[in-house]
Amino acid sequence: MTSLWGYPFVHHAIEVGVITAVVAGAAGYFVTARNMGFAVHGLAEMGFTGAAGAVLAGIAPEVGLLAACLLAALAIGLLGVRLRERDVAIGTVLAFGLGLGVLFLVLYTRYATEAFSILFGAILAVDAQDVVRSAIVGALVLAALLLVYRPLRFASIDPEVAEARGIPVRLMSVVFLVILALAVAEAVQVVGVLLIVTLLITPAGAARRLTAHPGRAILYSMLIAAGVTVGGIAGAVYTSWPVSFFVATLSLLAYLAARLAARPART
Amino acid sequence: MKGTHDPIAADRRTGGAVRPVARDVSTGTPRSGAAVQLDGASLAIAGRQIWTDLSLTIARGEFLVVIGPNGAGKTSLLRVLLGLVPLVRGRALVHGEAPRRGNPAIGYIPQQRAFDPELPLRGRDLVGMGLDGHRWGISLRPGAQRTRVDGILDLVGARGYADAPIGRLSGGEQQRLRIAQALIGDPSLLLCDEPLLSLDLHSQAVVVELIARWSRERNATVIFVTHDVNPVLRAAHRILLLTGTRWGVDRPDRMLTTETLSSLYGLPVDVVRYRDRVAVLGIDVGGHDPVSHAEPGS
Repeated sequence: MTSLWGYPFVHHAIEVGVITAVVAGAAGYFVTARNMGFAVHGLAEMGFTGAAGAVLAGIAPEVGLLAACLLAALAIGLLGVRLRERDVAIGTVLAFGLGLGVLFLVLYTRYATEAFSILFGAILAVDAQDVVRSAIVGALVLAALLLVYRPLRFASIDPEVAEARGIPVRLMSVVFLVILALAVAEAVQVVGVLLIVTLLITPAGAARRLTAHPGRAILYSMLIAAGVTVGGIAGAVYTSWPVSFFVATLSLLAYLAARLAARPART
Repeated sequence: MKGTHDPIAADRRTGGAVRPVARDVSTGTPRSGAAVQLDGASLAIAGRQIWTDLSLTIARGEFLVVIGPNGAGKTSLLRVLLGLVPLVRGRALVHGEAPRRGNPAIGYIPQQRAFDPELPLRGRDLVGMGLDGHRWGISLRPGAQRTRVDGILDLVGARGYADAPIGRLSGGEQQRLRIAQALIGDPSLLLCDEPLLSLDLHSQAVVVELIARWSRERNATVIFVTHDVNPVLRAAHRILLLTGTRWGVDRPDRMLTTETLSSLYGLPVDVVRYRDRVAVLGIDVGGHDPVSHAEPGS
């Protein structure tokens, strides 16, 4: 069984998995700070539609996934300019996307396997080309987050004062949705559409229990995400159970552990 | 009415006039030293008139308290000066220039909002955002930033809990951090939107004293929106009352009288003084009373 570690597909899986987890962990800080869990789900499900449409059209599903996530991000960003409208906008876009996805499934009868891997992830099927693409998209996301870090954090946490200081708060939220779309498209490869929150929310949720220091919270979030991803791949390699199952389980355990070890209440 | 050279008394206009004239007596010749100047300024939001023909000169170093019912445009006045809302008519000047977004000379203390207790953000991070939160990227000189943040934390007496998660601090503690966040940019104009809301009496006094001290020591101008004038009475040079259709501005002792307030509200109002506190009976002055006489909406 250990000999499996020698296979390139395991190396590729770990490479893509770690890149993706680091990206998801970093974006997760802002997802939790902005209460955008629902948006993550909405983007991922639109990604499913894009992937399904791409397969139907004979294009690589990854391309469709990325394009649909980006389009959905722009749609949500432009429709839901105000916070209280956002859930309605996301819900509407999401339901429309899933409706299309169902249509694509029916039209393309040989779709079942593809659909399964998009819904639940197919990290063990990635190849060298996927590693390169993940690295490029991941580097883009991290560079973008680094570039907008301070104004994005300001606008996310303290929008009134941020606006008074001249930060374009609405533009920031569209910018973050686009960054998020890229991160979601990455994470779908590992855990699939339906388990997306396990990488984009749970690690950040665990990290915020451990520290109030923003930089450390982001670092812990990335480390937890990477840890559960590598652990999940290892679990799958040893047992042949699905990676997503292990990632989701380890993610839950990490969250529970962080709650138990929660930072001491202030004195 | 005749203008005087005393900036504090200059805008007196409230006598028995139902509606003030559209021109500030002190603006015949523009005063370069004014911190804020409004000339016949009118504001409408979504088609609704908020205030009309507001003319007012606020001198540098002045502490102006703004009161009025809900929907009278107190917060909107601050947003105009921040360059976030345009006037429909008239002119507004901040330090002699048109209001612009992100003016570093302005410090802003917003209405209090609850932070998620789990939010990974410390008090010092909130303060630091006031210094460089609008800049791109990440801080490349965290040491220098830390020194400045520590300095301002000492000034407001918030050093002791600056490393605690912001969402777990009390309202009074959060408000001291808010003041530090506004002061760290060394503003010459401080805009405060209900900074005393939901604070206990002690914290209210602390907040007012911190802001008044900054104003005195730096000759900084303060515009202080509040629904309760009592905690700021000692610090206030003048009070601006916005009631929707009418407005008036004067020294506190002349403003807070039965005659003046009744004429501005257009309703019989009684002002009762007890020691150094003032109670206004018959109307909701501030606008956080559930039985509000004010117009609906914010």
